[in-house]
Amino acid sequence: MPSFLIEHIAVKGIAASVPKHIERNEHYPYLNREDINKFIELTGIEERRVASDQICTSDLCKAAAERLIEDLNWDKSEIDILVFISQTPDYILPNTAPLLQERLGLSKACMAFDIPLGCSGYVYGLSVISGMMKAAGLRKGLLLAGDTITKYNSPKDKSAMPLFGDAGSATALQFDTHAPNLQFDLGTDGSGYMAIIIPDGAARNKTTAASLEAKMVEEGIERNNCQLALEGMDVFSFGITTVPKAVNNLIKHFNLDIANVDHFVFHQANGMMNKMIAKKLKLPEEKVPYSLKNFGNTSCATIPLTIVTNLKKQMETKPTSLVLCGFGVGLSWGSVHLQTNKIIITDLLEI
Amino acid sequence: MELKQFVDNFSEQLENEEGIEIGGEVKFRDLAEWDSLVALSIIAMADEKYGFKLTGDDIKSSVTVADLFQKISAKNS
Repeated sequence: MPSFLIEHIAVKGIAASVPKHIERNEHYPYLNREDINKFIELTGIEERRVASDQICTSDLCKAAAERLIEDLNWDKSEIDILVFISQTPDYILPNTAPLLQERLGLSKACMAFDIPLGCSGYVYGLSVISGMMKAAGLRKGLLLAGDTITKYNSPKDKSAMPLFGDAGSATALQFDTHAPNLQFDLGTDGSGYMAIIIPDGAARNKTTAASLEAKMVEEGIERNNCQLALEGMDVFSFGITTVPKAVNNLIKHFNLDIANVDHFVFHQANGMMNKMIAKKLKLPEEKVPYSLKNFGNTSCATIPLTIVTNLKKQMETKPTSLVLCGFGVGLSWGSVHLQTNKIIITDLLEI
Repeated sequence: MELKQFVDNFSEQLENEEGIEIGGEVKFRDLAEWDSLVALSIIAMADEKYGFKLTGDDIKSSVTVADLFQKISAKNS
């Protein structure tokens, strides 16, 4: 697990956006009342935002980016890098970042590319964009992270459908020689690549007619091979063992004191898993915010969404010390310690 | 590490309203309370009480509570 730090890059603002349409889990038609109540109690997920066919991740991220640029009063010509983190691009190719460069009206001198990571993507993305900005002396950067994973879910898959929601986000970074260090710890275990997978539709298993045939995997789980398959038990087992170790690694490596960290913001996987992770790390409950109840698991958008919906007042008015941790599909995980000083947190946008 | 203690720990994860006592020979999938969410509680219990990372395959390849116990004791010893 490499731990490293990046100097001179400041986070200046965070925005998040969700589709207007709400789906309440109590109305999920493929589980009976008793089972859905149990599901809600254990996962903490009551409702989720679901994008219509007309809304892509890029649209959610564009809305968040536009508001953030406006609130920061940034000159768009100074944005030298745009990184789009998502597993739900507009097209298989090209990357979505160039489309966003054009749609946001950014300079042609702006570098733009995608990183298709999921739950760990926000933290990985922060490391890549800040590393590039530091190395190349870039002035301003936009990290756009989001997913519309519900587009890949089978409605008849009780193990995935009621867990996931859609959201986008934008994070503004700026070169600043007075910025505190960003401290990272990143890791990977590709042996678990089957734990969360869409098997068909890319180069290994091209789409065939058979890919689109719905199959009964077990009672309550019906999906085709172009839809997301989740091995819940393996993801859970990974989450409660690897994540506490990884966060402890960051804490030890950088000699952090939990008492001096204002909030620990975790990827929102499910309530039961997240509570076990917090408990194993012995974190005080008030330091661990959640956004699961109203938004579910929004893949790489969970961390910025949780910040926007829980920490706006604190982060706009006070210097704030945060540990962020993303973990999941890959398997992949990343933690970062970052300190902000009265930054812009926009109100949650609905499109 | 004792089977009886493991069975007790297993039982605690079930919402066993009738208070039925179970033994190691019980086929856990046949229990009325068994579902995929209880499976997560069993994984959490194995981690908490035994420091053992129980996988989906471990559960799928087990039939009885004693089978699960054996997997944990075999890898822990």
